[in-house]
Amino acid sequence: MSDPYKALDFYNVDDLYTEEELMIRDAVRSWVSDRFMPVIEEHNRAATFPRDLIPELGELGVYGASLTGYGCAGLSPVASGLICQELERGDSGLRSFVSVQGSLCMFPIWAYGTEEQKQKYLPDMAAGKLIGCFGLTEADFGSNPGGMLTKAVEDGDHYVLNGSKYWITNGSTCQVAIVWAKLNGVIRGFLIDSDTPGFTGKQIKNKFSLRASDTSELVLEDCRIPKSQILPGIEGIKGPLSCLTQARYGIAFGVIGSAQAAYDEALRYSQMRISFDKPIARYQLVQNKLVWMASEITKAQLLCWKLAQMKEAGTMHHYHVSMAKRNNCWMALECCRIGRDILGANGITDEYQMMRHMCNLESVITYEGTHDIHGLIIGRQLTGEDAIT
Amino acid sequence: MDIVVCIKRVPATDTAIKIAADGKSIETNGVSFEMNAYDEFALEQALLIKEQLGEGTVTALTIGPSLAQKVMRDALARGADKAVVLTTDEWIYDGAQVAQALATYLQANPAQIVLCGKQAVDSDNNQLAGNLAARLGFGCVTEVTKLELADGTFTAERDIEGAREVVTCKTPAVISCNKGLNQPRYANLKGIMKAKKKPLEEAAADLPAAAMEIVSLELPPARADGRIIGEGVDAVPALIEALRNEAKAI
Ligand SMILES: Cc1cc2nc3c(=O)[nH]c(=O)nc-3n(C[C@H](O)[C@H](O)[C@H](O)COP(=O)(O)OP(=O)(O)OC[C@H]3O[C@@H](n4cnc5c(N)ncnc54)[C@H](O)[C@@H]3O)c2cc1C
Repeated sequence: MSDPYKALDFYNVDDLYTEEELMIRDAVRSWVSDRFMPVIEEHNRAATFPRDLIPELGELGVYGASLTGYGCAGLSPVASGLICQELERGDSGLRSFVSVQGSLCMFPIWAYGTEEQKQKYLPDMAAGKLIGCFGLTEADFGSNPGGMLTKAVEDGDHYVLNGSKYWITNGSTCQVAIVWAKLNGVIRGFLIDSDTPGFTGKQIKNKFSLRASDTSELVLEDCRIPKSQILPGIEGIKGPLSCLTQARYGIAFGVIGSAQAAYDEALRYSQMRISFDKPIARYQLVQNKLVWMASEITKAQLLCWKLAQMKEAGTMHHYHVSMAKRNNCWMALECCRIGRDILGANGITDEYQMMRHMCNLESVITYEGTHDIHGLIIGRQLTGEDAIT
Repeated sequence: MDIVVCIKRVPATDTAIKIAADGKSIETNGVSFEMNAYDEFALEQALLIKEQLGEGTVTALTIGPSLAQKVMRDALARGADKAVVLTTDEWIYDGAQVAQALATYLQANPAQIVLCGKQAVDSDNNQLAGNLAARLGFGCVTEVTKLELADGTFTAERDIEGAREVVTCKTPAVISCNKGLNQPRYANLKGIMKAKKKPLEEAAADLPAAAMEIVSLELPPARADGRIIGEGVDAVPALIEALRNEAKAI
């Protein structure tokens, strides 16, 4: 209520959403204003995630919201995208938490798991009683996850896993890890409960970015899990990549929220800050910056809206998602950099959100495929030439 | 137990109000509307009573334009079973008019418990609960901050000047709800999805002629700019002097 946030909607993009989609967006927006905004700076300073809010988010229904059954809300692509937008308006760490839970952990169980696995995990995950993490990246294999060294071997009724994963969101918070590892040279997904002997999560400290998010290293030392813990429905790199397509879709929407927060803060500040006896919003150079931000945000909204239509129609391909993820992360980061400039010296303190969002976006533009890797995915689609490998 | 919650659609509390050209109403263009904040306590209490009893229906009832459907959807999403908009395009202000139209509906569609907010945050009339209870011949308790129901009797607490009053009231009753009564729940996403399948009815409001009329409406005078009296300890006597004699605040 004390949160003065007003989201930019210069082109009345709201007209493109259904009444229900708007209600869902507004419900998440109010939750973020009332429950999250009052605590985020404190958590950002302390480098902690507000864990007490995890069940509330379950109650709200944001985990795995696009999935059907098992306690999930079964929302449209637009609605699930808008949820990400509103969460990321709060902080990229909040949206990351929810994306990892829903798109990276619940989705593969829902799409590739056995009925027993779904029953065991999904309802509790939807309620926020059970937290997941997604272990794909290794310290030496980021853009090239197919090179991973983590291995699983068969041992009677069990698999035994060895290796390590790095940069894993929720790695120390989770009760279950979806770990991608090679079994006889083929990438497979394994569900490892965090109390399995040999499994440890260690937080990566001293981050400048995504401070209000747990980023960890996972170590697997002779981690023995029953054979029933493998995801039977998928093999090869397309397993984790299909999850990433879901999550990247959420990021494309999500970062519009960061950009809107940046624009809102910059606009407000420019109208209030007096320089040479006039509000700085009165000066052409400042207006030009605000116009750039507003134009890019509007383009990003329309890009995402069309992306959602394609997702709904089943015609969305991973390279479409790459374009939206790449463009929107870039524009959001630029909005924060420009917004920080408008805020002058005040912009470097955490009295304002600008730099928190900016720093966060340095991770968001890197994870789930860097800006350039997405460029190369689009380039491959356009030219038929693979410049990645 | 059938519970009815009377809800008003009001301009969002952060709206910068503008007076319309007629000088008697507000400009509604560009204004976003929401559920009156005190009605949120009433709705929450209705849902809690239904949960306590394990049976019954909660109906959200409003008088307003068709656009009020949006606020009713919100009530359905939070858990009301049914919603009714008694439609009118008039901007109604007279509390007796509203009470009569709601009473007409409630006589045709009886309820044992009627809950409402203690006042609407836009017009601040504080008229509905008493006026409606009188017309229905119901008991009435206003501005409750605590409410318990057992064997058809309410025990309610009210904050009155310098004290806390505890009263009992038999059903049927009209109760108006104050801040502090409960913590209204958020509409969750599943609730929003379910809301679309719940009944939302519209019927023309049966409004009697208004007895009261707004003659004119004006905004409060713009606040004068602040003034810096001085700095540090030395400025304190001048500040006290100004607060005492100029602002008459102390
Ligand atoms: C906060 C945070 C949270 C994360 N959470 C998770 C998680 O939950 N789970 C998970 O599995 N991973 C996670 N990651 C890891 C993330 O996905 C990787 O960091 C990302 O894929 C990039 O890999 P890298 O850091 O190894 O960079 P590199 O792959 O080493 O890339 C370094 C640079 O080289 C460029 N580059 C690399 N290859 C090419 C090429 N072929 N052509 C041109 N340029 C190239 C890149 O674009 C980049 O600029 C997270 C990362 C961060 C920062």
